[in-house]
Amino acid sequence: MPVEIYLNVAASGLLTGLVYGLMALGLSVIFGVVRVVNFAHGEMMTVAMYLTLLLFGALKLDPLVLLVPIAAVLFVFGYLLQIGLINPFINRPEHSQFMLLVAVALILVNLQLIVFGPDAQGIRTAYSFDSFQLGPLIVDAAKVYAAGAALVVAAALFAFFRFTLLGKAIRACADNYEGARVVGLNVKHLYALTFGLGAACVGAAGAMLMAVIDVTPTIGPAYTLLAFVIVITGGLGSMPGALLGGLLIGITEALGGVLFTPSAKSMFAFGLLVLVLLFRPQGILGRKTA
Amino acid sequence: MKRRQFTQAAAGLAAATTIAPFGIVRAQSRTLKVGVLLPRSGVQAGIGQDCHRGVQVATGILKELGLPGLEIMNGDTESNVDVARSRAERLISEGAQLLVGAFDSGQTTAIAQVAEQRGIPLVINIAAAPPITEQGYKFVFRNFPTAPMILGDAFANQLEVFSASGAAPKTAVFMHVNDTFGVAMQKGFTGVMSKFTMPYKVVDTIAYDPAARDLSVEVAKAKATGAQALILVSRLNDAILLTRELVKQRWSPMAILSMGPGWYEDQYLKTLGKLGDGPISFVPWYDPNKKLAKQLEAAHRKAFPEINLNTNHIYTFEALLIAADAFKRAGSADPKALADAIRATDIKDNVSTGPGIKFDAKGQNDKLKNSAIQNRGGKLVVVAPKAASNAKPELPIKPYDKR
Repeated sequence: MPVEIYLNVAASGLLTGLVYGLMALGLSVIFGVVRVVNFAHGEMMTVAMYLTLLLFGALKLDPLVLLVPIAAVLFVFGYLLQIGLINPFINRPEHSQFMLLVAVALILVNLQLIVFGPDAQGIRTAYSFDSFQLGPLIVDAAKVYAAGAALVVAAALFAFFRFTLLGKAIRACADNYEGARVVGLNVKHLYALTFGLGAACVGAAGAMLMAVIDVTPTIGPAYTLLAFVIVITGGLGSMPGALLGGLLIGITEALGGVLFTPSAKSMFAFGLLVLVLLFRPQGILGRKTA
Repeated sequence: MKRRQFTQAAAGLAAATTIAPFGIVRAQSRTLKVGVLLPRSGVQAGIGQDCHRGVQVATGILKELGLPGLEIMNGDTESNVDVARSRAERLISEGAQLLVGAFDSGQTTAIAQVAEQRGIPLVINIAAAPPITEQGYKFVFRNFPTAPMILGDAFANQLEVFSASGAAPKTAVFMHVNDTFGVAMQKGFTGVMSKFTMPYKVVDTIAYDPAARDLSVEVAKAKATGAQALILVSRLNDAILLTRELVKQRWSPMAILSMGPGWYEDQYLKTLGKLGDGPISFVPWYDPNKKLAKQLEAAHRKAFPEINLNTNHIYTFEALLIAADAFKRAGSADPKALADAIRATDIKDNVSTGPGIKFDAKGQNDKLKNSAIQNRGGKLVVVAPKAASNAKPELPIKPYDKR
């Protein structure tokens, strides 16, 4: 088999992995600060995908433009979800949090089924069928734009946490919950902001993915699982880890598919996860906890 | 017993005996309760709902044909084998006297087991896995070709298409969806192909996940073989994904030959527009020249003007036609009488390609023929077999970058 095929497939996996990484980044941010595992993550992404579908139909705006208002809507959704529903569960046992978010996920899937039906739906942009040729490489244009946008959003999020006072306050909450309360930080508000930011990430990822794949209500659980595989591989709670995990899973799936059999490509992603759990249980960039 | 008592008892018995037949006639239903099991939600929901269109147009046509009415009881298999089994049980418990379904071979296998155990006839609309009618079942009937029948006709029709168009590929890649139907077709592919002298050699076989959202790796792998033609066993969503990837990866095979659903379906044609033109599907289809086919086409056009008549509608319609015809001949909704009547079915004026509807000892209509249909300008034309065609095939297909 020619070498170009491996290059093409690896490039495609890398680009897809970046968008996956942004989606998983939201999960990692939420867990890193709020210490709640969002089991409705993929379902929230399908909400963003359907919003993209609706807005694209109504306004004919590019998904890469729509990602800004959609991320804003998901931010508000996440903020309200945390304030209204999740905050009362913060100090409850983990299984209660799990059941709550699984219930949210099921409600979202069924609402989407009622509203949008079970058929796959997609959008057709001006570049839906375009590709770039760089020597032997043929790269999907939609994936290039989506990956570029994922990098910009991820960089903005890193900058927010590193350079803004609000970002530093959120990090303080994550590092020392009691200390943050002692110095007078409004932890409930900061938790809600964090959940909102995580939801905004998944909203942006959903808008970008709409340029690449079709949406059905039932794809949500698969993406929740994928986000988990990515953040556990990269390190739960680590932002760079989520991006790295996304890249690794994207490339592993792609190359596994071409080297062995494409129908078993997910197997390679899970194989990588097993290896990470065996040899570095905290994830590649995760920190060891006591 | 006194004489008077005896006389009264005898009179009562005589009256009961005289009235009883009328009672039976009165109790006998004038409509047949048919449980139609389809994947109305889940990954196959689009196709299940498409099959239901065949149910919707059937009522009027059956009435025009002078056949008895059917009371349809809808069941959703949720594209899941276990749900299919439990829905079949439930429909029977709720009074279904005959079952129809269920598009997918895995789900149909589960329903067939229930039908046989409960002694309720099942008329399969669509399901191609051969074992379903190889179990010695007495209540299971299939008016749909098995995978080997589809494959055999597909190769025969391909040869006819290559000959009529004057173009034939030398190499091909076989791609198939990794589900019950896809694997059954894949298993039969090599064996059946060896019985024909095909002009091409299959250089690679690629299986892919039926729920895949991205098929770029699969298409890249197929393209790397340098094959001239793509042979496929797909479903709808993956057919759309594969076409998108063909365009993006700048690969225009000279022939796209499909042996399953997907490539000729309305959503495929609407979603892809000009890019959807060209593929030839070798599928169980209908003979556009048959009288009942024209009647069904007209009714379908009236009910669903935006949707082309297709396999899903045709075979679901024919399953109900078989049910109504058998009910009329049996004169009863008794399951055994219905099964016996179905076994004796001999419908010559039908819709599907072939001589008509007749079942062999296994409950299989083994006389069915398949057609080759090509996508042209958002419509479908029948290009083979010649006796049941309405257009000539066009090969090689126009490259994607020249449309």
